[in-house]
Formats: sequence, structure tokens, C-alpha cells
Amino acid sequence: MQIIKDKQLVDNTWTFVDDDSEFGNSGDITVSLDRWESHKQQLAHRIGKTGIRLNPGDHTEELAGTLSGVELIELYFPVFTDGRPFSHARLLRSRLGYKGEIRAVGHFLPDQIFYLSRVGVDGFELENQDQIPLALSCMGDFSVRYQASSN
Amino acid sequence: MYQYTDDDQTLIEERVAQFRGQTQRFLSGELGADEFRALRLMNGLYIQTHAPMLRVAVPYGLLSSKQFRKLAEVARKYDKGYCHFTTRQNVQYNWPTVESVPDILAELATVQMHAIQTSGNCLRNTTSDHLAGVSTDEIEDPRPYCEIIRQWTTLHPEFAYLPRKFKIAVSGSERDRAAVQLHDIGVYLVKNDAGEVGFRVLAGGGLGRTPIIGQTVKPFLEKKHLLSYLEAVVRVYNLFGRRDNKYKARIKILLKETGLEKFTAMVEDEWLRIRDTMVIGEERIAAMKAQFVAPAYDAQAGNDASCEQHAAENAGFAKWLKYNTVDHKVAGYRIVFVSLKAPDSPPGDITADQLEALADLADRYSFGEIRSTHRQNLVLADIKRGDLFALWQKLDALRLATPNIGTVTDMICCPGLDFCSLANAGSIGVAKEINEVLDDLDYIHDIGDLKINMSGCMNGCAHQSVGHIGILGVDKKGEEWYQITLGGSSENEAAIGERLGPAVAKNQITQTITAILDVYLQQRLEDEPFLQTVNRVGLEPFRDRVYANH
Ligand code: SF4
Repeated sequence: MQIIKDKQLVDNTWTFVDDDSEFGNSGDITVSLDRWESHKQQLAHRIGKTGIRLNPGDHTEELAGTLSGVELIELYFPVFTDGRPFSHARLLRSRLGYKGEIRAVGHFLPDQIFYLSRVGVDGFELENQDQIPLALSCMGDFSVRYQASSN
Repeated sequence: MYQYTDDDQTLIEERVAQFRGQTQRFLSGELGADEFRALRLMNGLYIQTHAPMLRVAVPYGLLSSKQFRKLAEVARKYDKGYCHFTTRQNVQYNWPTVESVPDILAELATVQMHAIQTSGNCLRNTTSDHLAGVSTDEIEDPRPYCEIIRQWTTLHPEFAYLPRKFKIAVSGSERDRAAVQLHDIGVYLVKNDAGEVGFRVLAGGGLGRTPIIGQTVKPFLEKKHLLSYLEAVVRVYNLFGRRDNKYKARIKILLKETGLEKFTAMVEDEWLRIRDTMVIGEERIAAMKAQFVAPAYDAQAGNDASCEQHAAENAGFAKWLKYNTVDHKVAGYRIVFVSLKAPDSPPGDITADQLEALADLADRYSFGEIRSTHRQNLVLADIKRGDLFALWQKLDALRLATPNIGTVTDMICCPGLDFCSLANAGSIGVAKEINEVLDDLDYIHDIGDLKINMSGCMNGCAHQSVGHIGILGVDKKGEEWYQITLGGSSENEAAIGERLGPAVAKNQITQTITAILDVYLQQRLEDEPFLQTVNRVGLEPFRDRVYANH
């Protein structure tokens, strides 16, 4: 599967492991915030990289001070109308100083990519790969902006 | 009036292009109906009973004559030759086709107009006092701050998918004409003990199903912190507002369930972290103020004697002068209300011919500007006393001079069953019936200040819960019934109206209203206005009369 990263198409190397499945030792994975907090030790000893998947109801401040070395945070959209991940991205960048990848995953629309980029999301995993060209073009929807944001 | 920079213009043109693409994808089946719904609402496009409805933004109710002419042109070309002013100072077209909306928006963009965020679960058009800059009781003109807020809300990347809609109103006067306490965020310009002007910020007000009056969350906010504070409130709302139930999703429910103290603390905590990163510089405020400087008033305007003479000679003009004009802060000028409540016309509707004629009158008499009000009327704000008689004659010929501003026939009214797919009951027809019964101007003037607000369903677009008399359409086994409330107000002493009793049938509604008016006339003390009488005597006398035969 391909994703958009920094406006380029790249191959995805990460897999989300849900809380009911073993996370194993190798491979780059993301886990839920719950698991990230409850299995810190075990996760730290993995050979593969570990990232975090945030659901809209999660609180980013729980991640304060724990993000060094983290390369990927996924923001999961259960529905495209849930706007909480937009604030999560903004807070991860502006408050927690997180510099790794923030990737939108789940049910979001190409039409949302401009705003998502603005609040600091730089990776996009589209459910419908056919929409990648549209998504790339949506990044340039606007050349002007009124608000300061992450981007 | 604010003039667009190149960037402002680019932004609305790019928005048109974006929406054109979205519409094409929808029409070709590439974009699903649900997805398009959310996207089109954020551009003011509803799909209604008969046809789509397009809501065009009128930021803080201020329009130029040029914009008026464009509205007329659009009404002729894409609609049925008229449009409608809403209770949030915006304009609606009831009959465009979905296919034509991108073209309409492109036309509007040529006169610095758009439909951005006029609906949907996002930051909506900012509203204000329709007498901003000209009233006699103003602390400071709110419009520069409205424009600063307008820009901040426009395409705000973080807050486009809020739990529900979010409305902000700003008032700079002592008397609240902007229903500030009934907005998600209400902002009053106030003076502190040191004599500095800043803002008092309220949150959690709102109408709809659960009408609630806003509470003060920040008694005094320095001007430079306006945007950081708004951002903090909206961020807290975006993260913590309920998304499980659309009827509990407004910020008023979050505030109520969290409690004022805790909610305020959450906002404060967020605000302190971002405050210093979003300071509005003094130059920015000064530059914005420069966009709203007073026009070149005629220092000789006060020397007019003709107005009084005409009033003495012409009773029709005298009535209009009394009811449809108010004092202006500059001597020799008056503020004129243009009534969109002619007895046989749906409240707030205006034809293309009237729009164009008004544009000409605005150019000739009022520095080319026109304002829209919450009560679905228009205002020509800067009329010389010496021009009033001529203006009245012209407005009268256009059927825009019904002398009923602030009276019982100056009803506000949503589109109801005639246009709205959510309606339980008709409202325009009922307004018409009430108008037919109350056809005696002397009687109407005797009743005086009385605000009737009527909505066709619980969504309350016509703010019935804050009408002195509120009328709400309800559905009873497929029939149209009406729930009546008394004692509501959207002004300084904001109050939610109290239910009179069981709903009344459609064929009873006019006699119910006249019964209420009769009771008032019997009960009032001297010049006591309706609202005061209701507050003094309570609802019992009204109940006794209305339900006497039940
Ligand atoms: S109050 Fe109800 S019927 Fe009236 S316009 Fe609003 S949604 Fe439609």
C-alpha cells in the first residue's frame, strides 16, 4: 500500500496491531494509546519501531514527555466528521513539540487534506487508493490563509 | 466598510474553485451524498423541500450598494426574482439548482461575497449590532473586531469539523441589539475601572431545542488577546463537546454538564498556554479601525427645518418617522429602518427590483451602504434629516416603508413548511393571517413594542423562545399545531419565554394572538410595554383568557 508522505508517494512500512493481537518483536507497528502506556517496557525491547495510534477520544497530553524516539503517530478517523484529530495534530506539534510523522488514517476525505496539512499532519493513508491523485491536488486548494497554525 | 485585499479575493476565488470541483464530483457520482452534504453545508448549500437553498454570508450585516445589485442580478438569473434576509443577517436564495451554485458563487465573488461557513458544524458568520458605528449608546464600534474574527474563522483549519454549529456575536453598545447572550460565544465591548476598553466574553448561549442564556467566562479581556481566547474556547469545545448526540452537541450543553467554574478553568488553562503566541498587534487593530472610519458627514445637516414641517403636514410621513427611524450619533442625521414586513409579503423577502432601487437610494442618501438586521429588516444608517421626506416617498412607492418596526407586525419568521424540509408547520401563512387581523395601524401602534418570533420547528431558526410572544410549529398526528410562549427576550435582560399552555390548532392561532393582546391592553399600566406587563402579572391572566373555553 502506498501513502502520501510530505506530498510524495511512498510505500507504507507500518502495520497497526490491535489490542487483541500479539505485537511480536519485529516490524514497524503502531499500537493504541492504552497499550503504549500499559506495555511500555515490552514495547521498548522490540527490534522493530513502535508508533502510536490515537483515537479521537484520546488525550494528547498523556503523551507529554514520552515521545522521544517515536517516529509515527497515527490519527484515526472513525468518521470524517469527527474533528478532534485536527486539534490533536495541532497540540502534538505546538505543545508537545513532536517532530515525527503524524499520519491521518481511517475515514477521512481528500477534501480534508488541506486543513489536515495545516494543523501538522504530514502523512495520509487513504482508504481508497484511487483518490491519491485527488488528494495530492487538494493539498494546493488554497494559496492564502488567515490563521497561524502548524503549517 | 472593509475592502478586500488581494489575498482576501484570492481566498474566496479559490474557495469557488474548490466547491466547483466538489459539486462536479458529486454530480458525476464520484463523491457520495453524505460526504457532499458535509462539504456543501460548509458552503451554505442545503437541499430543501422544493429545491436547494443557498445561504450567502453577510458578515456582521454590512452590505454595499454594489453587492445589493449583484444580489438582485443573481435573484433574477438563478432564482425567482427575489431573495430572503435571515435572522442572522444573511441572505438566502430558495430556488437555485445544485448545478448553478458554483456559478452563483463565482458571481458573488466578484463583489467580495461568498457563502463560506454559512451552515454546517463549523464557525459560522459573525453577527453584530445593525447600528454599529452610528448608534448613540456605543462604547466602541464592534465592526473592526468582527472583521478580525471573520478572518480568523474563515477556513480555520482546526475547527471545520466541530461537534455542532458555532456562532459568535459582538456588540459594542450599552443596549444589546445583537442577541449576544444567545450565542455560543458572545462578546461585549466594555470599559473596565481603569477606563480601558476590552471585551466581556460569554459562552454557552444558544437557541434551538434547549434555549440557554450564555454565561460570562471572562469578565474583562484585553483586546490584543481576543483571538487567543476564542481559540482556547473553541479548542476546548472541539475536544470535549459531545459528539454522541446531535441535540446535546452544542457548547451550551458542554458548559452545563461541565459546570461554569470547571469549564472556565479549562478554557483559562488552554488560553494561558497560547496567549502569547496569538497577540493582535496594535497596528493590526488600528489598520482594521481605519477600514470603518465614519463617512464625511455634512456639518450643516442639523440646520434642516423641512423634516419637521413635512411631519406636521403629512401624517403618514410622521408615523414612519416615529416608528422607522431612530437617533443618529451625528446631529442632523437619522437612522432609517427599511421594513421588509409589508403585510402581504413573507417576512424578510425582497425582490430584485427592490434590491436595485435600494442600492440606488443607498448611493444617493446613505454613502452606498446598507445593513441587514436580526429582525429581518434593512437599515440605511446615515440619512440627513433634510432627505428623510424624499426618501420616505421613494421607500413608500417601493412598499418598503410600512411603519411597523418594533411592533407586533414586525414579526420574524422562518421559511417553515413552505420551504424547509424540517418544518412541522407553516409559518409564513400564519404571519400573513396575523397581519390580516392586525390591519389597523393605530391599534398596532397603541400596542407598541412587541416582538413576535415564529419558527416552523424545534430548531428555532426564528428564535421563537426569545420572542416576547413565541410561536413554535409542532406536529400533532400530521396536523399543524402551535406552541405559544410569552416573556422571552434577546436583549440585555435576555430571557427564555415561558409556555402558555397546550398547543393551539392552526385555525385558533390568530384568535389566540388577539386574545393575548387584549389581555395586555387591559392589564398594562400607562405606557408599560408588553414584556414588562407579562413580567409583572405573570402568565395566569393570559392563560385564563386563551384557554377559557377548554
Ligand atoms: S425553524 Fe425549523 S422549519 Fe423553520 S427554518 Fe428552521 S429548521 Fe426549518
